[in-house]
Amino acid sequence: MIKKETGISFNLVSRYKLNGFSSKEKLEYILKEVKDGRILVLEQGLTATEQTTLIEHTMKEIDHDTFIGIEMGGYGEEKTSFVQRVFGIIRKPRMTVIGPAHLLKMVHKSNDMIETTIIPGRGTK
Amino acid sequence: MGIFDIFKRRKFSNVIQKIFGKKHAKIGIYGPPNVGKTTLANRILRDWTGDIMGSVSEIPHETRRAKWKTNIKIDNGGSSLVMDLVDTPGITTKIDFKEFMNTYGLTKEDSRARAKEATEGVIESIRWLEDIDGVVLVMDATQDPFTQVNVTIIGNLEARDLPILIAANKIDAEDASPATLKSAFPQHPVVPISALTGYNTEKLYNKMVKNFGKKGRRRKRR
Repeated sequence: MIKKETGISFNLVSRYKLNGFSSKEKLEYILKEVKDGRILVLEQGLTATEQTTLIEHTMKEIDHDTFIGIEMGGYGEEKTSFVQRVFGIIRKPRMTVIGPAHLLKMVHKSNDMIETTIIPGRGTK
Repeated sequence: MGIFDIFKRRKFSNVIQKIFGKKHAKIGIYGPPNVGKTTLANRILRDWTGDIMGSVSEIPHETRRAKWKTNIKIDNGGSSLVMDLVDTPGITTKIDFKEFMNTYGLTKEDSRARAKEATEGVIESIRWLEDIDGVVLVMDATQDPFTQVNVTIIGNLEARDLPILIAANKIDAEDASPATLKSAFPQHPVVPISALTGYNTEKLYNKMVKNFGKKGRRRKRR
């Protein structure tokens, strides 16, 4: 019999996988994984608009006994030039870490460093 | 977002209104929970209309529904701003009802009800962003300003090309550090204030007229 691992699951998600999703699919994927107790590190994170939508969806999903929300931290979006903006080239989001709020805690965030702690004791469902 | 996308997203009448300037600016007071948004809204209303917006509390998520007052006129020497002011519930990524019980001594039933209403409040705040012309983003000057909620709100407003004024609140507290806040968001005007005592609110009003008046909104679009 194989003993089930109870550690905290930490998934690094490539930007190729994320680029294959529509914005809606991406948010659904992230929220499902996080609700299942996984911490995700997205190689290419979410735009500010996507982050706002994720917060909105998270609020709808909060179940006060099993899911209290998310913890999220990412670097600022890359700046684009005036010419790029004229042609509709949006700012590129950068690496972002997202996890369930009962497991992941953001300690400090700056332009160059995101410090987090993982709260032990509760692994993936 | 490109120029064509902007035209695609907005109704033609809205675009015309944006170009020539609205009579009223709809200004939202935004920020995380417990930074003093309603205290500031009350201060603004008390100073310019003699009214108040709502009750305040040290327990987070006291404001769980958006509240607004219309036709508030702020005078600043020769110029003025007529605005509708919206006080929004605090935006957060998590709400744990146990915090209300363990930290603030609320009953389990009250805590659950408060948490449920708070989640609805966050959604309402986010939806109001669609209908706002400018934002006073309130931050607690005693706390680390570089939180994801602050970054997300600012990024969202920048994507919409809306003017932002940061109010570094609670400057009367001993451990306040408005300089940290200014260095975290150098691209936006930051005004250190105490909404509680009224310290430096004159400067805030001055900046509001400058940033949210017709000229300010047009300047922002350029």
